[in-house]
Amino acid sequence: MLNPDLKLNPKLFDPDVEVKPTRHGYGDGLLELGEQNPNVVALSADLTESTQAHKFAEKFPDRFFECGVAEQNMAAIAAGLGVSGKIPFISSYAVFSPGKNWETIRTTIIYNHANVKIAGHHAGIMTGPDGATHQATEDIAITRCWPGIKVIAPCDSIEAKKATIAAASIDGPIYLRFTRDKTPTMTTQDSPFEIGRTFEFWISDKPVATIFSTGYMTYYALLAAKELEQENISINVANVASIKPIDEQTILSLIDKTGAAVTVEDHQVTGGLGGALAELLAKKKPTPIEFVGLQDTFAESGKPLELIEKYGMGKGSIKEAVKKVISRKDL
Amino acid sequence: MVDELHEKKLKDLEIKANRIRQLIIETLVAAGSGHSAGPLGMADIFTAFYFHILNHDPKNPFFEDRDRLVLSNGHICPVRYATMALAGYFPVEELKTLRKLNSRLQGHPHRTSLPGVETTSGPLGEGISQSIGMALAARLNNKKYHIYCIASDGEQQEGNTWEAVMFAGKDKINNLTVVIDRNNIQIDGFTENVMPLESLKAKYEAFNWEVLEADGNNIRAFVDAVREARAVFEKPTVIIAHTIPGKGVDFMENRFEWHGIPPDTQEVKGAPPKGEQAKKALEELKTLQGKVESEHQ
Repeated sequence: MLNPDLKLNPKLFDPDVEVKPTRHGYGDGLLELGEQNPNVVALSADLTESTQAHKFAEKFPDRFFECGVAEQNMAAIAAGLGVSGKIPFISSYAVFSPGKNWETIRTTIIYNHANVKIAGHHAGIMTGPDGATHQATEDIAITRCWPGIKVIAPCDSIEAKKATIAAASIDGPIYLRFTRDKTPTMTTQDSPFEIGRTFEFWISDKPVATIFSTGYMTYYALLAAKELEQENISINVANVASIKPIDEQTILSLIDKTGAAVTVEDHQVTGGLGGALAELLAKKKPTPIEFVGLQDTFAESGKPLELIEKYGMGKGSIKEAVKKVISRKDL
Repeated sequence: MVDELHEKKLKDLEIKANRIRQLIIETLVAAGSGHSAGPLGMADIFTAFYFHILNHDPKNPFFEDRDRLVLSNGHICPVRYATMALAGYFPVEELKTLRKLNSRLQGHPHRTSLPGVETTSGPLGEGISQSIGMALAARLNNKKYHIYCIASDGEQQEGNTWEAVMFAGKDKINNLTVVIDRNNIQIDGFTENVMPLESLKAKYEAFNWEVLEADGNNIRAFVDAVREARAVFEKPTVIIAHTIPGKGVDFMENRFEWHGIPPDTQEVKGAPPKGEQAKKALEELKTLQGKVESEHQ
């Protein structure tokens, strides 16, 4: 069942559950930050409205910098602002930032220790009709490898707003992953969110496997969990919003109960949440893992839900992965 | 503002520049790797900055209202380090640690390793952008300090450079002055053979910058150019500073082979044999290439 302690959306499983894009959470969070903290500034690379920075831009035009189609410049300007006492938020599609400007960020923000917050949008294949060039599916892999970076993938727009606001309070760079499509609201204002923490969204009496999911894919993991329960397969589902730092303690205690893991993400199965979990478990508690995500391929144009199905990431694929990992236990 | 440079001070700066060139050679030999031509060529400009132009305090490298000097072409850091040492940021002795394990003097400058180094650089094309960010912050905070950004001519080939140039022209970033080290060399040869840059002046003007030119090895001429740049309010300014790569050492001047190597590690056309290069270079610097008999050092 849904974990009652987390005060999740009681209508989560309704067919007409509220749907809102996580990028809206960024926009709302950024605006609120602007009101609270005069040092927060924002930059955009010609994608202001799409990345929802326009609300901030309209209210605080002196603190908003339009860089045009120039993501490297945007990142390095932010670095200059960041070492000068400002708290810059840069936003673009993740394929461009941190994609195109990866080295600029590495040198001027990460290694330079500049206090810049990087918002990568249109993450995942559910970006839809724009096609693979615009669907960021390697962004978690290329960011979590940076020393000291924090990597957060919020599961819904409510978490997205909390993550954005939290980003301003931490010292140093952080990567926030946002998405285009309207996706189900799973949490409420009262649900806990904390950088470095993972929360168990679905709990069972005697779970036999754990799903670790991130971003809106947690919704499909929950649908899978509910259906598996009907088949008498009990599992638990943990929402990993904080991919780095990863919540070792919670994850290991969940694995203690189940001894089998399935990772679920709208990202390549290489190097994302799956990779992070595999690194942790291989070191601390070797466990069979099945990886649900993009299987070393690019996706294509299409409707978000069509793409999830075609590329093996829907609730059916998740259920299969759970059954497979259970069969691998004690081998 | 930047004061006019009087004769007596000019003489003093020229002596300091010469001392810095000696320190560069000694530092590079101790390190066993690093760049010679750029640092030697830029010794006059760095002297002008640290001993005349900048509002700064070696004993208080982070004071809020200091001018910022950003080095975009981070590989020429030996001249920055040597100048900072002479200016009192750290002991001259520490120069021997360049590029060695545990050193604060990283092969390419790292901001948090050494107080006074305003940013991390090495990968080219990122300095002007960072300088713009600093200039914007100063504006937001109503601060009067100035941002100077030294960039190489080679890095004008990086696309990021032009993104920054476009932005500064649009936003009329007038608390920024860029200085291009126009020494005409890069790793693979002369800039005009590798990837021609001329007319650099026309390019910057097209993006709404004020363009000045100066002899980068003439301290007074350079200071005058900076004074003129500081008087321009409607646009960002770039000073194209013509320098001689390897300036001060006859066998290095104008030879691109000396871009990326220190003395005494390789046989180089036109140079003394491998083990005698530093010795000859220091002799030349001591006597200002045969022009004086030096009683100093």
